[in-house]
Amino acid sequence: MGLIIHNNLINEEKARALMGSCPFGAMEYKDGKLSIGMQCKMCKACVRKSDGAITFEEEQASLIDKSLWNGVLVFCEHYEGHIHNVTFELLGKAKELAKVNDEPVLALMIGHNITSKAQELYNYGADSVYVYDDPGLKDFLIEPYANVFEDFIKAVKPSAILVGATNVGRSLAPRVAARLHTGLTADCTSLEMTESKDLVQIRPAFGGNIMARIMTPNHRPQFCTVRYKIFSKPPRIESDKKPIAMTVTPQMLASHARIEEIEVKSPDVDISEADVIVQAGRGVKTQKDLELVEALAARLGARMACTRPLVENGWFSAKQQIGLSGRTVKPKLLICVGVSGAVQTVAGMKGSDCIIAINSDPEAPIFDVAHYGLVGDLYKIIPSFLKELDNVQ
Amino acid sequence: MNILVCVKQVPGSSAVKVDDKTGLLIRPKKGNKLNPYDLFALQAALDIKDCDGSPVSVLTMGPPQAMEAISECLWMGCDEGFLITDRVFGGADVLATSYTISQGIRKAGAQDLILCGKQTTDGDTAQVGAEVAEHLGIPHLSNVISIVRRDESSVTVKALQENLIVTETLELPCLLCLDADINTPRLPSYKRMKEMGEAKVKVLTFADFEDQDKSHYGLKGSPTQVQKVFPPEKNDNRVLYKGADDKLAAKLSSILKERKFI
Ligand SMILES: Cc1cc2nc3c(=O)[nH]c(=O)nc-3n(C[C@H](O)[C@H](O)[C@H](O)COP(=O)(O)OP(=O)(O)OC[C@H]3O[C@@H](n4cnc5c(N)ncnc54)[C@H](O)[C@@H]3O)c2cc1C
Ligand SMILES: Nc1ncnc2c1ncn2[C@@H]1O[C@H](COP(=O)(O)O)[C@@H](O)[C@H]1O
Repeated sequence: MGLIIHNNLINEEKARALMGSCPFGAMEYKDGKLSIGMQCKMCKACVRKSDGAITFEEEQASLIDKSLWNGVLVFCEHYEGHIHNVTFELLGKAKELAKVNDEPVLALMIGHNITSKAQELYNYGADSVYVYDDPGLKDFLIEPYANVFEDFIKAVKPSAILVGATNVGRSLAPRVAARLHTGLTADCTSLEMTESKDLVQIRPAFGGNIMARIMTPNHRPQFCTVRYKIFSKPPRIESDKKPIAMTVTPQMLASHARIEEIEVKSPDVDISEADVIVQAGRGVKTQKDLELVEALAARLGARMACTRPLVENGWFSAKQQIGLSGRTVKPKLLICVGVSGAVQTVAGMKGSDCIIAINSDPEAPIFDVAHYGLVGDLYKIIPSFLKELDNVQ
Repeated sequence: MNILVCVKQVPGSSAVKVDDKTGLLIRPKKGNKLNPYDLFALQAALDIKDCDGSPVSVLTMGPPQAMEAISECLWMGCDEGFLITDRVFGGADVLATSYTISQGIRKAGAQDLILCGKQTTDGDTAQVGAEVAEHLGIPHLSNVISIVRRDESSVTVKALQENLIVTETLELPCLLCLDADINTPRLPSYKRMKEMGEAKVKVLTFADFEDQDKSHYGLKGSPTQVQKVFPPEKNDNRVLYKGADDKLAAKLSSILKERKFI
């Protein structure tokens, strides 16, 4: 499996052109031979450009029997039984994915004194809810949780697993995926299911303005993480089903780490929960100029957010950054002011109901995502807008 | 204690784009740099070294030019460097990358404490560290914000977990993924650079590894496959308004009124 270079079809000129087509500079031409180095990310840009001189050979046989793996599983994130909303969002998505091949939606909850709380997972669409309820699982510790998760996967064999990209999820999912020698796709922004039960995972990739479509064709289970607020919470429908209790053994609880203390942080002003947000970008030239944008936010009762460069400037706290390395938001209204709309920013706002962008550059990519684009100078539009509001009232 | 820091060399700019006309990727022209998130892990290691003289090694997996990243770390104060490089390792996803790194760490000698950054700016998965720990069979903790205490057999650290700050004691050896902005990373020292001359870096290739099964590395060892890459979807229902700024301001208020925000 891999890229095959047919050097007999390649002359120097063609080799140079192909080298130029590689976004990662992974190709080398030496002694009349083109070769691919370890920078290769398998994006296959060269294959398309090569007129058959580079081909991609796929592995023929899958080593696993996919028919043994069934169901779409959601890992339940919670703290002392308070279920994190990302879990419900994932249940909604799991239901859509499971429907394609008539698979069940499964949920897994690990903790202590949680069995009654786990019932709630049925109300959001789970067909079977499994709980590992034991005093030894009261707080999140990586080894016991990974052991329990492994036990579950081996017992129930879910085909696809969705985990919230919270701090716990981002720690647990890779640990379990590595243990089962399977793939994991982080921070998916879109998921689909094929009729052969392959999960199509889409995420921004290569740190750039690109989306990648990723599959795990020859391994099970298929693991992915998804951030909070990427998918929508489904409606709640009361169910009277009871969770299924799983057995916890002392071996599962073995740990090389122990908790000393847990402090609850005072909750941050969280932009993830806000209904109306005004986001400032680098089009706002100075810290003083932020007052203008803040005045706009104040008039709309909006929370202030920003792009990453403004966090790097020290104008905002990291918690106010929208995007791939910041928060994902899903407000009813988002006004982007002087934001170019880099894919990393956009990854954190795509689910917003209504996006309005003010930007002086008609080519700015933010206009590809904004529902309403205003091509103009923020320093003129905002004051004029605020004045108009004042006149009306 | 022996400390090892995993670092990665990343593109200086992340502006890889898809050409609208040809559908091909366009590579940024700028050079490479050390992953900025790894600087905090390096600094945490060097803080311990400053305290008790613990030796600090750094390790990276990457193409031959990733040597530059190792040199930079040595000039900052690390003692020994390892570069894992081999064509066999190309096209690796998170599983194959972390497995390769774990094989390299086994070759780098016994370690008590392994530190990783929070994430890379190119891979950007924040998952390599946890998978390395699993391959090594040692505990790990992510989102670590401070190292509170340590002795011969354990470290006590504080880590963030949603709205909790958890203080945890881990037995050594263990792996920690450090959060960003928890310290002030130092710069490479010119004096050290002069003194060290050519940095001493050990190169590890496939031939050096314990596990000689090629199917565990590179593309073959990668369960995930990138089917295709494409530009982000455009929103077709968009409306674009151009014109005088006061007209645009009026437009803004009519949109907000129509949608009942004012
Ligand atoms: C791994 C990785 C993760 C990242 N994560 C994030 C993230 O989570 N969030 C994030 O935001 N970024 C993130 N970035 C950075 C991102 O790539 C961009 O660099 C950043 O979002 C650009 O911010 P900006 O839009 O404010 O600035 P710019 O790109 O400089 O855009 C400023 C815009 O303002 C407009 N403008 C200028 N003057 C005016 C005016 N007078 N009136 C109106 N418009 C004006 C300009 O036309 C321009 O479009 C990440 C980068 C990497 C590599
Ligand atoms: N190729 C690599 N070589 C060494 N360390 C790496 C490599 N890739 C990732 N890491 C480590 O794993 C962390 C998380 O990376 P990632 O999962 O790519 O976001 C980084 O901050 C590094 O400490």
